[in-house]
Amino acid sequence: MKCRKCGGRAVLELRRHNTAFCADDFLAFFRRQTLETIRRWKMFTREEPVLVAVSGGKDSLALWDVLVEAGYRTAGLYIDLGIFDYSRESRARCEAFAAERGARLVVVRVAAEVGAGIPQVRDVTRRPACSACGLSKRYIMNRAALEGGFSAVATGHNLDDEAATLFGSTLRWDASALARQTPVLEASHPKLVRRVKPLFRLSERETAAYAFLRGIDYIVEECPFARGATSLTHKEVLNRLEDASPGAKASFFLNYLDRARHLFQASEAVDLRECARCGQTTTGEVCAFCRLADQVRRAAGPTGPARAEPTDPPALRGLISDLRAASEIHAP
Amino acid sequence: MKVILRNQGKEVELAGRRRVRELLSELGVLPETVLVIRGRELLTVDEVVREDDVVELRPVISGGRR
Repeated sequence: MKCRKCGGRAVLELRRHNTAFCADDFLAFFRRQTLETIRRWKMFTREEPVLVAVSGGKDSLALWDVLVEAGYRTAGLYIDLGIFDYSRESRARCEAFAAERGARLVVVRVAAEVGAGIPQVRDVTRRPACSACGLSKRYIMNRAALEGGFSAVATGHNLDDEAATLFGSTLRWDASALARQTPVLEASHPKLVRRVKPLFRLSERETAAYAFLRGIDYIVEECPFARGATSLTHKEVLNRLEDASPGAKASFFLNYLDRARHLFQASEAVDLRECARCGQTTTGEVCAFCRLADQVRRAAGPTGPARAEPTDPPALRGLISDLRAASEIHAP
Repeated sequence: MKVILRNQGKEVELAGRRRVRELLSELGVLPETVLVIRGRELLTVDEVVREDDVVELRPVISGGRR
């Protein structure tokens, strides 16, 4: 197979674009797609400091790599979930990635914020690990970006992630989830930071190929709690469709954004207020994250490794100066 | 050829040469779900894998949510 650009040997076929690229032309294509998405969707400017949430996986490290190369002002945020070897290895990869590029990485431990790592939280709450994990990550990302003075939080969500989420929401006709699904979630409250997904037009296979061709040492192993997750079943179904009809995933998600999302947005007016405990946004009196931390604290008993005081806002305190320093960095 | 199925912790030995497309189909793997890696290069589905090659099928699917 030949590269459509230069006629050299192709390393990746993109069936949905009916094309194939050599390594150099694919990397250029990937960068162009990402940077055009950032510009077209007004995700952030080159002057704004951006906090990139990195997991050690291919998507977030590929995104950070593109942004660092393009000269954006970024710092990485690694959220240590406390998931045994998986967390240790993914953290080590993020640290090595940052060190190689002279980029700033801030590490926040879920255990320091909630009182326990995700495995213990799962046992205490008796809910799937993914649910406490998602809640904790969203909370910590926003809080870290807000307190560090960042303009946006960027995540590595790719086309497959977005299509699978849309598929799941559609199966349930979950109108509020459908309304919230967007590549740019604007800050609708002073305590919220804009959340953006610059890779949403690129498939999972494309981000994996980018990471491989760039020599990024990412964690290939899957989170042990993800096995059997519904979202993986949805991805499998969508990949079968994609195989039979290239472009199905992109058409499903991108046409949703163009043609259908506005219909759901109209029904979604949420009244946000500040959590009485930590000051972050919530629709109730106390936010879901503080309630989760309370639950962990109660289960641990008086001797447990809980956050110091129930009335304390979650830590991050020791990290605020780190975060502020990170947001003040300039492009390398 | 030796085929390493990364994440399944499995290796498969296959006799003879064949195209990547045939290899994936034989193993029941959708091309969209893996990178096919030989040494430091990525292979497209029309490339031929030789008898003495070692290839890795690296899954690209990640993430979990319930």
